[in-house]
Amino acid sequence: MRIDFDHKMSAHCENGVTSNLLRFYGVDVSEAMVFGMGSGIFFSYLPFLKLNGCPVIAFRPLPGVIFRRISKALGLKIFTKKYSDREKAMTELDENLKKGIPTGMVVGVYDLTYFPPMFRFHFNAHNIVVFGKEGNDYIVSDPVMEQVEKLSYEDLKRVRFAMGLAKPKGKMYYVENIPKEIDLKKSIIKGLKRTVRDNYLVPGPIIGVNGIKYLSKKIRNWPQKYGEKIAKKYVGHIVRMQEEIGTGGAGFRFLFAAFLQEASVIIDSKELYDLSFKMTEVGDKWRLFAVAAGRICKGRQTVETYDTLGDMLLDISISEGYVYAEIRNILKTMNK
Amino acid sequence: MKVNQVPQDDANIFDGKTQDVQYALDENGKYTIVKSVGWQPKNDAISHAWELEQEKIEEARALVVAGKKSPIYYHMFKNLMDVKLLASYTGFFVFTVKRHFKPNVFNELSEKKLQRYVEAFRMKHIDDLYNIE
Repeated sequence: MRIDFDHKMSAHCENGVTSNLLRFYGVDVSEAMVFGMGSGIFFSYLPFLKLNGCPVIAFRPLPGVIFRRISKALGLKIFTKKYSDREKAMTELDENLKKGIPTGMVVGVYDLTYFPPMFRFHFNAHNIVVFGKEGNDYIVSDPVMEQVEKLSYEDLKRVRFAMGLAKPKGKMYYVENIPKEIDLKKSIIKGLKRTVRDNYLVPGPIIGVNGIKYLSKKIRNWPQKYGEKIAKKYVGHIVRMQEEIGTGGAGFRFLFAAFLQEASVIIDSKELYDLSFKMTEVGDKWRLFAVAAGRICKGRQTVETYDTLGDMLLDISISEGYVYAEIRNILKTMNK
Repeated sequence: MKVNQVPQDDANIFDGKTQDVQYALDENGKYTIVKSVGWQPKNDAISHAWELEQEKIEEARALVVAGKKSPIYYHMFKNLMDVKLLASYTGFFVFTVKRHFKPNVFNELSEKKLQRYVEAFRMKHIDDLYNIE
């Protein structure tokens, strides 16, 4: 049994699941729009928290946030449930599928058998949609995979109840109700406002452009402070956080720029359209940073030093700050 | 980034299973989706992390072969776990798992307890626990 569900690949799993689910219910919003309206662009540097022995550097808000924001902004009614009983979590999924409801769920990545081996690590905030069952296999729309995939009953149960940080606890969610009229304009403005707030207006050194600036200072001292081997590992960690599936530094800047393009048409703002290209430039700078960081991490013969990386990050924080400041100005003039 | 700048550096990171989605500007300055087989800095970062894990696995294997640690110590690294994660998958306390790393303690474990490791490592049979190849 397979629900007629259109699987589209995306740059980021949560956007992708949201966009795919909405399209199923006749609301055609792109991944970029989901990302922008849900204010998915973010940065935080939390040196006091460690992930796999590295300081936490997040290029995204907490998992689940984008979906929650979108459903609230568009007025969707979402059913969400976590389970303690594994069998029940599976039975209720089966019942859902029988009713023809494509069901989103949070899963751990490590035991996703269809994943490329190098991407299989213990990370518990991946999103997929299950939209069918054939024999013992579930039909899975995983936004980072090109094709529709399959997972056996045992595998799906295992990933839904993965252990470790932020256990998914069988969490599943689906759309219960969708309003007849959807006000995209309002949601866009709300998304833009929140983006400016989260990246530009949060006081303290660790969030948004301030966080990028803070990291730019700290990274210069990493080799002295931690030694060459650890410093390299940390730099590699930034690049992985930045460019790996489910996160994104440069990629997210391009995605946000794509959102600015689409949004500029809907809210009819030439300024916003022009600003999109500024954001593209920021994305290009993040890419150059990744190239330099990658060289250092691999220990290639290179002119770049940790100071170079610091300079690049400082420059990024300034140009990204400029984009947010401009968005703020555009929003102000719109209110008049 | 323009469409023709989207990197296509293939290092078989995706094992032929999927590709990356990139957003890039087409010739009209409009954003469009381009698929990519990889990008060197990303390939490097991911394969570097992978190599670090492989090193840890080899170190663990050596300790088991030398008789200093029990096989589950190796399987823990092989499954990219740490003690805490292995403890939550088996339901043992962290200090119990650590005790089980001692070969003499491990050799005395009941079948029932070994079975919990078999399930945590997703093996078929208890004998697989002793296989460290």
